[in-house]
Amino acid sequence: MTSSAMPPVSPVPEPQAAVDAAPGTGPVGTLLTERPPVPATTGPMIAIDGVSKWYGDFQVLTNCTTSVTKGEVVVVCGPSGSGKSTLIKCVNALEPFQKGQITVDGTKIADKKTNLPKLRSRVGMVFQHFELFPHLSITDNLSLAQRKVLGRSRDEAEAKGLALLERVGLKAHAHKFPGQLSGGQQQRVAIARALAMNPIVMLFDEPTSALDPEMVGEVLDVMVELAREGMTMMVVTHELGFAREVADTVVYMDQGGIVEAGTPAEVLGGPREARTRSFLSAVIG
Amino acid sequence: MNYNWNWGIFFEASPEGTGTYADMLLSGLMWTILTALCAWVVAFAVGSVVGVLRTLPSRAAQAVGNAYVELFRNIPLLVQMFLWYFVLPEVLPESWGTWLKQLPDAPFYTAVVCLGFFTASRVAEQVRAGIQALPRGQRMAGTALGLTTAQTYRYVLLPNAYRIILPPLTSEFLNNLKNTSVALTIGLLELTARARAMQEFSFQVFEAFTAATIIYIIINLLVVTVAGVIERRVAVPGR
Amino acid sequence: MFSNFDFGVILNSWRYLFLDGMTFTLTLTALAAVGGVILGTLIAMMRLSGLPVLPQIAKVYVNFMRSLPLVLVIFWFYFLVPYIGQWIIGAERPIQVGAFSSSLITFTLFEAAYFSEIMRAGIQSIPKGQGAAASALGLTYWQSMGSVILPQAFRNMLPVLLTQTIVLFQDTSLVYVLSITDFLGAASKIAQRDGRLVEMYLFAAVVYFTVCFIASLLVRRLQRRVAIIR
Repeated sequence: MTSSAMPPVSPVPEPQAAVDAAPGTGPVGTLLTERPPVPATTGPMIAIDGVSKWYGDFQVLTNCTTSVTKGEVVVVCGPSGSGKSTLIKCVNALEPFQKGQITVDGTKIADKKTNLPKLRSRVGMVFQHFELFPHLSITDNLSLAQRKVLGRSRDEAEAKGLALLERVGLKAHAHKFPGQLSGGQQQRVAIARALAMNPIVMLFDEPTSALDPEMVGEVLDVMVELAREGMTMMVVTHELGFAREVADTVVYMDQGGIVEAGTPAEVLGGPREARTRSFLSAVIG
Repeated sequence: MNYNWNWGIFFEASPEGTGTYADMLLSGLMWTILTALCAWVVAFAVGSVVGVLRTLPSRAAQAVGNAYVELFRNIPLLVQMFLWYFVLPEVLPESWGTWLKQLPDAPFYTAVVCLGFFTASRVAEQVRAGIQALPRGQRMAGTALGLTTAQTYRYVLLPNAYRIILPPLTSEFLNNLKNTSVALTIGLLELTARARAMQEFSFQVFEAFTAATIIYIIINLLVVTVAGVIERRVAVPGR
Repeated sequence: MFSNFDFGVILNSWRYLFLDGMTFTLTLTALAAVGGVILGTLIAMMRLSGLPVLPQIAKVYVNFMRSLPLVLVIFWFYFLVPYIGQWIIGAERPIQVGAFSSSLITFTLFEAAYFSEIMRAGIQSIPKGQGAAASALGLTYWQSMGSVILPQAFRNMLPVLLTQTIVLFQDTSLVYVLSITDFLGAASKIAQRDGRLVEMYLFAAVVYFTVCFIASLLVRRLQRRVAIIR
């Protein structure tokens, strides 16, 4: 996908189409068994405002500002070590930051009064290395947080998990353990695990970069479908084909800072910055 | 070797008048097992807490955990035994000290507490290593799902860590079992103490020690076998 | 709570505690560590030799020793060594063996089992190519072990060997069961004589802790240096 030649100026995709897509249009039902819960505020779902972060003396993020509105798909790309993974981990406070402000659905995440577990339970996250819990069956992986965080009953949690498993095409594997699945299958389970919490937004941290090439497609398909159903998504990825197909906004990061942001056509088609151009030519080859 | 072997000695009555020498050794074995099991419960519980403390982000928690391990690892077990048995009752308020000294089976309780806290420092070291051996993303995944720190440990990190450290925990359990013999110095009538007493009463030193040796080897084999069964039972498919 | 403590008892007895007791403890520790490492290395070599029978003998020895409590082994050798000595020199009756010799034999043989496991891991950590290269240069088995494999294995394992020596230092306190005057034995004798158990045992704990804690800090520093060199 990424190796296809790209025209210098590609037509701007219709971001509206993604937002308004009606549920039930996917090939096997929809990933969202119910519409995402209505956010509490009308502002952006995620607002990142002037965030800087240091490891000791080493600055990893420099004054990053961007936002994700409801229903928007934002793809963050950039070379390794550019800080994009760190930035997305700051969004649900998995990484602390020293300067700036991040709000998720109107809640300041660095505020001491914020109930972080509660906030995180509404923010789905998918990791590069899947991070399924190896000692739990697929069913238990899907239901653990539903039961312990949302207080759902075992039956309710398992039914919800099973429904999502069916949507990602893995219902037959419900009783297995993570180690018995392929990487692509594990990542689809991880997406289902995050969706089971009825998140208002999904974060993807390089979801396909640990996969064998032949498994990238099955994971991207699930993500594309999710985007088409109107899920708000922030995705760190090198899959520029995915960005071109479903992103509303592409953010390009380098050396801990946001270099430029815009529609896929603007950033991927005709980047203003030299750094973006050299990255793109390196990735596309 | 001009030594008068007498393997029939085990079936002769011991001068204690409570049965044969064999009975004497078996009662020692019972105390050894009972002490080892009770001490292990203490060691496992305390060791898990201390091990977890050492992996928490809080510097203070880490310091407390590290201090515990250093304290209990750098004093010989025998000296710790004396501290609990001879020193503790003296430095406590007088009424508590008197109560402690008059406790029936005081050597047993002392041995359980002393061995438990001592072995806990070693269990803690293993628990810490087990948790730190897990991928960092596991903690993040638990956190990202909204689990609290306690829940992440309870449902994600510890179940995996215990599986990893089962082999070293088995050898710690065996050390704990062997270490019960140190409590003979405070009067616990465990297996080695009974073998020594049999030697003193009967002068059949090598028969007594041979019997004890064989018993220890059998317990070791049993524990290793049981640990193997547990290991297979809790093994996660696909790993 | 420390008001009726008499710390003078320590000052009055320090020569006995350190010149008699601690000297015994340190000498026993040092000699048993050296003997244990040498014997342990030989056992490890037996175990990895690939020859018939020798590996099995080594394995049985190690597992046997590791199954037994040290206290029982101390008793065993205390009674057994005189008979073995008699058998070796063909004497009329069991020979007299001093407390120190008896302890030294016990600890050397017992700790060798533990040291051998460390040396085995050390030898196995050396890439197979090293042995092959030594053979290709025409070195014999003993030459290749002595000048290629063992020096590397020993250096890699030095921190672990020293940590085990700290354990050995603590373990020597168990000669108490034979009423030997090691450091703890000396402290205990003064404690009984003067009725000062609290002071003497607390003092013994502090001394052991200080020695072991500082030693383990030094080992950790060494470990970092070894890690960097590698």
